Amino acid sequence: MTLPTDKALVLERQFRFQWEPAQNTHVLLYPEGLIKLPGSAGEIMKRIDGKASAEDIVRSLEQAFPGADLQQDVIDFLEVAHDKGWIRVA
Amino acid sequence: MTKAGSGSLNSNLSTNLSTNLNSTAGPLWVNAEITYKCPLHCVFCYNPLNYTSTYDSELTTEEWLKAFREARALGAVQLGISGGEPLVRKDAEVLVAEASKMGYYVNLLTSGVGLTEERIAAFKAGGLGQIQLSFQDSTKEMNDFLSSTKTFDLKLKVARLIKQYDYPMVLNVVLHRLNIDHIEQILEMAEAMEADHVELANSQYYAWALKNREYLMPSREQIQKAEAVTERFRKRLGKKMKLYFVMPDYYSDRPKACMNGWGSVFLNIAPDGLALPCHEARMLPGLEFPNVRDHDVRWIWNESRAFNLYRGDSWMQEPCRSCDERGKDFGGCRCQAYMLTGDATNADPVCSKSHHHGLITTQVDLAQKPRDGAEEVRSLLFYRDDKTSRALETSEP
Repeated sequence: MTLPTDKALVLERQFRFQWEPAQNTHVLLYPEGLIKLPGSAGEIMKRIDGKASAEDIVRSLEQAFPGADLQQDVIDFLEVAHDKGWIRVA
Repeated sequence: MTKAGSGSLNSNLSTNLSTNLNSTAGPLWVNAEITYKCPLHCVFCYNPLNYTSTYDSELTTEEWLKAFREARALGAVQLGISGGEPLVRKDAEVLVAEASKMGYYVNLLTSGVGLTEERIAAFKAGGLGQIQLSFQDSTKEMNDFLSSTKTFDLKLKVARLIKQYDYPMVLNVVLHRLNIDHIEQILEMAEAMEADHVELANSQYYAWALKNREYLMPSREQIQKAEAVTERFRKRLGKKMKLYFVMPDYYSDRPKACMNGWGSVFLNIAPDGLALPCHEARMLPGLEFPNVRDHDVRWIWNESRAFNLYRGDSWMQEPCRSCDERGKDFGGCRCQAYMLTGDATNADPVCSKSHHHGLITTQVDLAQKPRDGAEEVRSLLFYRDDKTSRALETSEP
């Protein structure tokens, strides 16, 4: 299933995203579970706020990390996140 | 990009994020048994037989919060609020809200008895992540129970509240010899409650369930029939109601990876503050478990003898010691090894490689024999109630 790139994205209910100092990584929490999202995965998820679209997220990341071509990586990750039921179109 | 969760691809993004993920080994999951008080009398309860001994020494709200903070500082992210029936405690809302503020994902494990709209609204406002509703066991009046409008209405009411507050309806049903043949009715009830997830777990034989084991263990035929019914519902309902069926471990030939290993990810805190590597460990002899009243959780987890005793594999005897599966199942359950063989360092006898596996197969063989029905067995069962608990404490020190 293809995720639209111009629509706002939001975390699915039941999921909670946060930074874990003890483990030095972003994590996604859900009932009785934990997914570690280190590095870029965490940077992408951090930007899912119910307002930003995939395109917005790419722009924001390219500003934060100049010189990187992130378009395809970000889209691929968001597709995976959507398939896994972590995010949906707001 | 690599698969989600497996790490970063782009070094630009990850340069300032350290990757020492494996250096932390604190508990990830804390289960807070906030009280052993419970209005129900389930014959398969895994609370200790002498649970009433904790009545006068339950942790206060502040003591619970102190332990939660300490475990959180070690990196614990999941918190179960369970019991007994956790709703018996009037401060359940405070515990949920404060723990959620600390950054825990909070799960409430309840029978639903006492779950009013006022309380669920407070839980929601406090950030509760999930409610797991257990199906009340009513072995005493199974048929009445399953057909009783009154209980059914109560269940529906609680289920509606859970849905109304935008929680998925997660239903836990403990199966055993006396109720497993009613699985169709149980699943029909789950469907009427619009359950999203249903866990059908056969009782595990600890504590009260061990006392009642011979009456609770289903026959192979019963299990197969129940699985077939479950499969029928699964096919019909698909994603609408996800069904998980858990076999009794006695029917396997390899043990469960109990708690993912002793002192690995799980910390149980009993109502009286005893810190345990699992729900059952209190009964292991020769072990003094630390209390969160007296010690910091960091010390308990890292330094205490109790939490280190069965960590790793240096404690193992044969056949575990040289077994190439020891990193997978950790030799099974220490408590089950102790309960059945008298030595917690033995292999869990569920394992067919265990010298004591005959203890399991004898019980399984016994379960294939035709037995009395629920009606006849009722008076023989040990019901989890305060009077029986106190009596057992006196007779079995």
